Amino acid sequence: MNNLTKPLLTVRNLKTYFKLDEGMVKAVDGVDFDVFPGQVVGIVGESGCGKSVTIKSALRIVEKPGEIVDGEILYHPQKNADANDGPVDLVTLKAHGKKMRDIRGNEIALIPQEPMAAFSPVHTIGNQLIEAVRLHQKVNKKQAFDIAVQALHEVGMPNPERRMGAYSWELSGGLRQRAMIAMALTCNPSLLIADEPTTAIDVTTQAQVLNLLRSLQERHNMSIIFITHDLGVIAQVADFVVVMYLGRVMETGTVDDIFHNPQHPYTKALLESIPTVHSPSKELLPTIEGSIPHPFNRPAGCPFYPRCADFMAGVCDKRTPSLQKINDKQSVSCFLHHDKAEEDEAA
Amino acid sequence: MTQKTAIGNDQVLLEIKHLKKYFPIKKGFIKKVVGYVRAVDDVSFSINEGETLGLVGESGCGKTTVSRSILRAIDPTSGQVLYRTAGGEVVDLANKPESEIRPLRREMQMIFQDPFASLNPRMNLLDLVGEPLLVIDKMKSRAARMERVAELLKLVGLRPEYMQRFPHAFSGGQRQRIVIARALALNPRFVVADEPVSALDVSVQAQVLNLMLELQRKLGLTYLFVAHDLSVVKHICDRVAVMYVGKLVETAPTDELYFQPRHPYTAALMAAVPVADPRIRSAMTPLEGDVPSPANPPSGCYFHPRCPFAIEKCAQETPTLEEISPNHFVSCHRAHELQLIGVGEPPENSS
Ligand SMILES: Nc1ncnc2c1ncn2[C@@H]1O[C@H](COP(=O)(O)OP(=O)(O)O)[C@@H](O)[C@H]1O
Ligand SMILES: Nc1ncnc2c1ncn2[C@@H]1O[C@H](COP(=O)(O)OP(=O)(O)O)[C@@H](O)[C@H]1O
Ligand SMILES: [Mg+2]
Ligand SMILES: [Mg+2]
Repeated sequence: MNNLTKPLLTVRNLKTYFKLDEGMVKAVDGVDFDVFPGQVVGIVGESGCGKSVTIKSALRIVEKPGEIVDGEILYHPQKNADANDGPVDLVTLKAHGKKMRDIRGNEIALIPQEPMAAFSPVHTIGNQLIEAVRLHQKVNKKQAFDIAVQALHEVGMPNPERRMGAYSWELSGGLRQRAMIAMALTCNPSLLIADEPTTAIDVTTQAQVLNLLRSLQERHNMSIIFITHDLGVIAQVADFVVVMYLGRVMETGTVDDIFHNPQHPYTKALLESIPTVHSPSKELLPTIEGSIPHPFNRPAGCPFYPRCADFMAGVCDKRTPSLQKINDKQSVSCFLHHDKAEEDEAA
Repeated sequence: MTQKTAIGNDQVLLEIKHLKKYFPIKKGFIKKVVGYVRAVDDVSFSINEGETLGLVGESGCGKTTVSRSILRAIDPTSGQVLYRTAGGEVVDLANKPESEIRPLRREMQMIFQDPFASLNPRMNLLDLVGEPLLVIDKMKSRAARMERVAELLKLVGLRPEYMQRFPHAFSGGQRQRIVIARALALNPRFVVADEPVSALDVSVQAQVLNLMLELQRKLGLTYLFVAHDLSVVKHICDRVAVMYVGKLVETAPTDELYFQPRHPYTAALMAAVPVADPRIRSAMTPLEGDVPSPANPPSGCYFHPRCPFAIEKCAQETPTLEEISPNHFVSCHRAHELQLIGVGEPPENSS
């Protein structure tokens, strides 16, 4: 990865909160990361750590009462005239305004977490694809039809012309997944966001979908943000990895550094605690103590400290470590790696 | 198929033979039966006392139906479920009236996937874990139950002080511990665990897997461990049985099965597991196509339309399970000639 190229997407200090009657859910609480052109960025973390809310914030589709309360999301438009104007801060755009709608779907496309939610059950796959094409491109019906068939063909859908007339519920899990990817591809996005695209499908189908995404990425040289809780999947698809825990980024680095030279105690412990097909049978695994706290009971200080083997009393429970570079490719938010004097008193 | 009976050997706790469960497909106003879902289609295997047998396969292949048939939560269509009781007698659970099975239910327990759905939210831990104890006369007193529940909670790593709390106060991993404590209340010998860690967070899965291993060592339990995650299964099982569309395709000791699969489907499953190491990115040549429906399976070997090694015979004849090497059973016409690639380390006792 060439560090001199400008990032396509830069997220800085993003905070997205849900104000509920029971209290404030700080779903995303100070997230930083970059996505460079042509890069596959994997966001990994356990359920509830804020992966979906992070990317919903970038697409400006956070449900009420969720709200972006701080931070910036800089996006470099790649298409049309906007391309020369420099980055746009998506946080400042109107969520339903023309500019945001142009970026959403045209520049940035989403493969959502719930496969059933992506398609309407009462319209054919074909009609929905055609509609998506015509929303962003000035083409007639026949041309839109051809683009849609081409997209289905590209994702390896057997008999794409015939499948245009099918309904999403008629397709197997694997084919529905392909149709969703086709939908996201119709507008030739510069950034594809895939939110747990393989969580609900079986391992052999998952392998097909991962292979497909990889080959599409190479063919179109698009950037992909790939979200998953599965460390195996991340290792297989990502160039660069963002590890999240309770709304914050614990560590970022190249996929090789994250798996072979992890620096944050959470990353290390998580990697040790997962069974793999390469580890010996019937031996106890190292574990992370305790469980992920309820979002209303977020600990003060570092969110991981109550479960951390390297917890330093009076430090980790008092202040929140910021994400700091430890070398030019890897950043960690942990006081073990900080010059403590530099820390601000934010808690 | 040979009629060898494994349960003649007194190390064997359970043997299922030619188990079938067909669900009728009904159509129209008069609910005419138009076909059958062959959810479990002639499955045979055995489990030794004190061991863990893993049952793996992709969703819909019949794992849950096998588990439920064994415990007679559903009635199998045909076949035998031979179980050696604590008293040493062999009984066929599939073909006994419920009244004769009931006394044996204490010996066999089930743990389900979803610890959120399987606990009554209005009962506290004392009642949840203590409920099964009510069948025992000397447990009729609350004090006796409290003592036993405290013991059970400690056994699964929960504090006895939690006895008065309700399930909503606990995380997913803790709830699965509660479910396990309840399953252990009556000192079972045999526990069927259907995807017990699939719904848990990654950082909590290891805790529950360790607990199951420790309980097995302490209490001498026998497990049937059902899962679709091959890494989890590798970790906890002594032997593994692989299912595909209602049929058993292969069973072998765990390390041998992973390192040297003999059925092309097993090998394909292994190759599809995403390895948590970016330096191993090669092996993912995915299997093409989709799993067929058990309502309308293909001819011959059910795997032949997707099998890279299929020959004409595979489309015509259904293979039977044969012992290809000691303790390693496979159902494939070409098992003897194929050289398949697995994962992991060679088993310790191999040459
Ligand atoms: N619509 C919502 N209302 C209230 N809380 C929400 C909503 N969406 C998400 N959250 C909360 O925000 C946190 C992060 O959620 P999410 O981003 O979906 O997690 P992930 O995708 O990492 O599993 C969780 O605690 C979740 O409960
Ligand atoms: N009660 C039922 N009625 C009809 N079909 C069923 C029923 N239970 C399961 N099936 C079907 O039997 C097959 C096997 O299901 P199951 O045993 O749940 O698989 P697994 O646990 O491996 O995912 C599936 O095709 C499923 O749809
Ligand atoms: Mg999510
Ligand atoms: Mg099941």
